[in-house]
Amino acid sequence: MDKMIVSPSPHLHAKASTASIMRDVVIALSPAIIVSILFYGWSEILVLAVSAVSCVALEWLIARYLMKRPELFSGSSALVTGLLLAMNLPATTPWWIVIVGAIVAIGIAKMSFGGLGQNIFNPAITARVFLLISFPVQMTNWTAPKGFIGGIDAVSGATPLGIIKEGLKSGQTIPQVLAGNGMDVHMILRDIGGSAGEISALALLAGFIYLLVRKVVKPWIPLSILVTIAVVAAIFNGIDPEHFTSPNFNLMTGGVLLGALFMATDYVTSPMSNWGGVVFGVGIGLIVMMIRYFGSYPEGMSFAILIMNCFVPLINRAFHQKKYGRA
Amino acid sequence: MAKLTFSIGGIHPADSKRARDCKIETLPLPPKVYVSMFQHLGAMAKPVVAVGDHVKAGQMIAEPGGFISAYIHSPVSGTVTAIGPRKDLAGFNQMHVEIQVEGDEWAEGIDLGPELVTAIPEDRDFILDRIKMNGVVGLGGATFPTHVKLNPPPGKKADCLIINGAECEPFLTSDFRILLERTDEIVVGAAIMQKVLGGCPCVIGIEENKPEALAAVRASLQRLGYPGIRVETLKKRYPQGGEKQLIDAVMHRQVRSGGLPIDVGAVVQNVATSLAVYEAVQKNKPLVTNVLTVTGDVIDPARQHNYLFRIGMPLSFIAEYAGGVPEGTKKIVSGGPMMGKAIANMDAATVKGSSSILYLGAATQRHAATPCISCGRCADACPMGLEPFLLKKLYAASDVEGLEKNAAQDCIECGCCQYSCPAYVPLLDNIRMAKAQVMAVIRARNAKK
Repeated sequence: MDKMIVSPSPHLHAKASTASIMRDVVIALSPAIIVSILFYGWSEILVLAVSAVSCVALEWLIARYLMKRPELFSGSSALVTGLLLAMNLPATTPWWIVIVGAIVAIGIAKMSFGGLGQNIFNPAITARVFLLISFPVQMTNWTAPKGFIGGIDAVSGATPLGIIKEGLKSGQTIPQVLAGNGMDVHMILRDIGGSAGEISALALLAGFIYLLVRKVVKPWIPLSILVTIAVVAAIFNGIDPEHFTSPNFNLMTGGVLLGALFMATDYVTSPMSNWGGVVFGVGIGLIVMMIRYFGSYPEGMSFAILIMNCFVPLINRAFHQKKYGRA
Repeated sequence: MAKLTFSIGGIHPADSKRARDCKIETLPLPPKVYVSMFQHLGAMAKPVVAVGDHVKAGQMIAEPGGFISAYIHSPVSGTVTAIGPRKDLAGFNQMHVEIQVEGDEWAEGIDLGPELVTAIPEDRDFILDRIKMNGVVGLGGATFPTHVKLNPPPGKKADCLIINGAECEPFLTSDFRILLERTDEIVVGAAIMQKVLGGCPCVIGIEENKPEALAAVRASLQRLGYPGIRVETLKKRYPQGGEKQLIDAVMHRQVRSGGLPIDVGAVVQNVATSLAVYEAVQKNKPLVTNVLTVTGDVIDPARQHNYLFRIGMPLSFIAEYAGGVPEGTKKIVSGGPMMGKAIANMDAATVKGSSSILYLGAATQRHAATPCISCGRCADACPMGLEPFLLKKLYAASDVEGLEKNAAQDCIECGCCQYSCPAYVPLLDNIRMAKAQVMAVIRARNAKK
């Protein structure tokens, strides 16, 4: 008889692996990536390519030569970080700023904590915030460059959130700001500036539903973020619609959907339990609305996620599974 | 009627019941059998025969070595040729009685006829004595002596007898086959145990993927007329057949950590045990036979079998009779693929609780572990509500206190966590060792009291 394996049970394993999960995330991101390429054209392709290649290459280089632990190179997860980073950047971002972002995401936020599974902060969000603070001009240059379908010729301008924040700061009411800029609040798919990943709510939702069906993620974190934002906005907008934007507007603008669906749901930097996820999501929703309504930045999704990332270990300590026979 | 299931965790592996349509066949006798003295939970049995003795099939050859122990009988007629250590399937030496097979003569007083005996003896002690003297042990995996389990300590009363026909482990089909082919006997066995327990209600639980078995048992109950026994359909979900999970599913009660099923009024017995109880009480036949499945993911479907075997048959004898080890086999398992044991020694002999020879191919090979990504699948899968990722961390940090606080000792070793882990972290390997440390601490503390 040939030599047989002798090892303890279980002798079976489920099909899902870390690589298959990351593959599912890439598949889920692809509708939004395709939409943004169609709208933003070659410049979006460049940002995506530079970000993805530099994240994967950096992780390999750091694991191989700096940490001298080549097994820490995860490949698929670095690719996901690269894609998410690109989707958080304007399509006009110069290639060298993208590389700086990749260095922050992979080098600082991920590998310096020990690589995959060890990082406290979401790498792509950390990089985005770093770039936003370091390169405010390039990072807020939300333009609509010429895409492959329709679109407007490179019209430069701020995002709706930015326009309204500036208007409110100068003492105008929201209706005055909108009228002054020839805008109305019915914006869903296109014709508004915004970072590539944010442009198509439907594409993002489609990808997220795929992840739900594949049981890669659970809906609790995104749901609690979106519900919190809607509730807070409904209260303030109900009291004073001239100075506080509506729930619809807040859900559809900025990085809310990309953040809630794909960034806040990152396994490593979110709580393990369902109720922990709800606390995490409500926290993000409250912080986003605080920043948007009362802060100096027009948008707060990235900050909110990073702040709540800090609380994940505490949340994990507070919420445990319901144990059998110990009620 | 609503399908029952347990309330925490669980997984849904493919059921792979590939041998479900193979009728039970009787194996021929090998030249020699090797009867282990350690085929039940508790103390080792003590041989009462000597080398050179002639024994008949069904003759008692070993007596219990303690309160929790069991009688063992010769499965064949022949001459005792050796008594001494022999390697079991894990490769550990255990005391065995070696018997050279000569003919097939059974001991007096055993009814080998096929007639169904439905008249249940009136005397409870007589029934318990028959179960004990005929060496019946639980055949669902733990091989706990059945007469002990059917005799609750004073002050404890059974509210429900659960007959476990879940057979939730993938591949295994022996319980399914006896449910189809020995239905009436299993039902009478259940009625006997019900009587011993004072007439409490009895539920026969069978998973939904065995509709033929559900129908057969329902028809049998109607035919034989046992109003106190009912059938419940269970959802297909692993580990539905785990004792604690089945109690939760059927009675909506949970056994307290460290407690026994009888604390919540539950007694769980496997369908194969029910059959053994029937044979012991109604036919005075000792437990020397059982059914095992020869199957796997690399075996030619035509070479799969459900065999009626006698205890003490070498696994290699059965494997050869079934056509040898299939090409592509990487691991041979005795028991289910989730909780069974990998066989290190194919010359080991079958025991009362043997349930399969499982040939697994390349899919069973382990992958190198990669970093935990905190996906939480292990915690979602754990039917005891534990957090395997946390237990592994605490074990790595040698934090025995933390392990006890987080209930490592409650682990039932079902394997759901390790099965689910996308990073291939050997969670159960770690938790098993952690559990042993915590149990040692608990035992030491109890000894001091």
